[in-house]
Amino acid sequence: MLERDAALVENAIKEYYFNHHDLIPVPPKIGEREFGYQKFNGGMTRHIAIRDIKELHLLLMRETPSDVYCSNAYYSFPSMPMAEKDWKGADLIFDIDAKDLALDCRPSHSVSRCGTCGNAAQGRHAACPSCASPKVESVSVACRNCIDESKKEVAKLAAILDGDLGISPADVQVYFSGNEGFHIKVPSPAYESLGSHERADLVDYVMFNGAIPEAFGMRRQNSAKSSLPELGEPGWRGRVASGIFGSRSRAQKISRQVVLEGYAAFQARLDGLKKTIGARVDPKVTMDVHRIFRLEGSINSKSGLAKVRAQDLASFDPFTDACLLGDEKVEVAACCPVPVRLRNKKYGPYAGERVSIPKYAAVYLICKGLASAV
Amino acid sequence: MDLAKYPFLAEAGAYLRDKGFNLEQLGHPDWAPLVDKAYGRIVVASSGQIYGSDSRLENPDMEILSFIVAVILLKAASVQTLTRRFALAEARRAERYLQQDLWSSKKSLDLPLKIIRELFGVEVSVESDEFVIRVSDYLKRAVHFHEKEWKLVNRRVGSGHVRLTAHETVRLIRTELGQYINSRIQAVSLPQIPEAFQARVRDLVSLASRFSDAVVVSSDYPPCVKHAIEVLEKGENLPHSGRFLLATFLLSRGQTTDQIAPLFKNAPDYNERITRYQLEHISGASGRGTKYSCPSCDKLRSENLCFAVPECDGVINPAQFGKRRPRPNA
Ligand SMILES: [Zn+2]
Ligand SMILES: [Zn+2]
Repeated sequence: MLERDAALVENAIKEYYFNHHDLIPVPPKIGEREFGYQKFNGGMTRHIAIRDIKELHLLLMRETPSDVYCSNAYYSFPSMPMAEKDWKGADLIFDIDAKDLALDCRPSHSVSRCGTCGNAAQGRHAACPSCASPKVESVSVACRNCIDESKKEVAKLAAILDGDLGISPADVQVYFSGNEGFHIKVPSPAYESLGSHERADLVDYVMFNGAIPEAFGMRRQNSAKSSLPELGEPGWRGRVASGIFGSRSRAQKISRQVVLEGYAAFQARLDGLKKTIGARVDPKVTMDVHRIFRLEGSINSKSGLAKVRAQDLASFDPFTDACLLGDEKVEVAACCPVPVRLRNKKYGPYAGERVSIPKYAAVYLICKGLASAV
Repeated sequence: MDLAKYPFLAEAGAYLRDKGFNLEQLGHPDWAPLVDKAYGRIVVASSGQIYGSDSRLENPDMEILSFIVAVILLKAASVQTLTRRFALAEARRAERYLQQDLWSSKKSLDLPLKIIRELFGVEVSVESDEFVIRVSDYLKRAVHFHEKEWKLVNRRVGSGHVRLTAHETVRLIRTELGQYINSRIQAVSLPQIPEAFQARVRDLVSLASRFSDAVVVSSDYPPCVKHAIEVLEKGENLPHSGRFLLATFLLSRGQTTDQIAPLFKNAPDYNERITRYQLEHISGASGRGTKYSCPSCDKLRSENLCFAVPECDGVINPAQFGKRRPRPNA
């Protein structure tokens, strides 16, 4: 990032941390967590131990990091090298990111920016449409559909956690990730001691990965004798039933047909159901028990938006509720072929022009590489 | 009766005192059949079989005493392989009784559930003929099994609990049962043993020498290979892909099929002839003579057989593990 861009963003972040201490909650067992942070144009600093919330605020003010992370694990010695930290447990975490959902809307709000001529074109391009340079990078900007679809995945996950895994909605914390997805945190004593392999199987569970026909009553041989799950059964059996039958009135007819199709076809059906009934989370995040995960209340340097708790998911609007930087006007040169909506106001499209826009919008565009301080 | 099924629950010294025995007496020629029975119990275990008591356990004292004497013989012989095999076989034997007890009737449920709760910290409740345990307790054990049916997604799960049959419940704690019995044996301090036991102790030492050509687990093996060996040593079922990994890896390190074959002895479906045939096939010594190489880390990861550690950085095939390689630019 250009020096003057970094300075503008850094100032906005400093101001945010100065004014919004209240938005950074004390992580439980703060003294047992590993912290890490990154500065603009700098590397990652990890293995930091922090005693209390004051020390954390101090670090944020002193370093003005572009990104701040905190382990979901807790350790006896959080500042030691990994092998000596003495892992004691970790909150269960899930990451839902719109970029992993293969949504149709993606091209409409993707921008390819050229590293050679600086042109920004809508959509994803292998080479710059203006100068043919292959040095193009693609970014995605604010999209309501992406958020709505991500929310649906969060809702699926929450239902599985509640009904199947016995984790009540009151114990599930949903955060906007600060870019285009959600982080779900479950500080549950029942699951905190699980290691990476156990979490891998748990994540396969919520994603509905690895299901075999036998578990759903389909026989490999003599499939006519199969007894398929019924609507209303708990857990995956019930969800598979509604995924296959749809409604009660069609259940018998479809059931006969499914049994006739046999084992291999049933396996294909199960695999096909993954997308609709499984929660589409990033398995790597849940499996990693030594990860440092974006800190609640901190700013995400991919967007200038904050990672904030979504108390009421249905009404939560990240482009307003997490858009928390200052609103005094700043001047930038912006090149963004698609409009961006923040705090219910439209910015752009901009064709490489000088504009005077609120700081939060300026920072958003700079973080996306679509504007520059002047 | 219960101690006859689960003799490892008995505190040997106290048991003998209660019955008015001491070791010296057991050394008397009158008790030779007992010592033979104890020895037989070990021999059966060493061959990978399960020692079969008469089904009604008509002489419970003999069952318990033969276990106690077997442990003493093992302590005196001090051969780890035999002790491990014995613990494993005794665990399988106890497993049968646990399963029977869980199956049969309500009144005998108390003891097996108590054993599972007190020894392994797993709370099991019974709901309409099924056994219900917490998801976390399930996962911690089931992840060591590789068959797809053990994946949580293929289980009936609700409200944080998993429903299991009696057989599955017991299967889940098999490894721990073996480890528990092993630890009980380790904890026994070796008493002064009667002269009459000595001959059997010598027999055990020579019996053990039969297993001494088994593969030595070297510390410079990658974690996936160590894991595969552990799985086999515990008598767990290692899937075909895991056996293939083990065979190709050890062959690549210059081991012979004769050295590798005994590793598979504890597998539940072991068949010596088939194992040798498969090993020779993989080594290229038979068939079309194709020599198979070790599967890649990517492949193992997808099969849930990868247990990467920091030393695995930059390694894309287990065969490279621990060999010198250029440091990747971090
Ligand atoms: Zn260009
Ligand atoms: Zn979108």
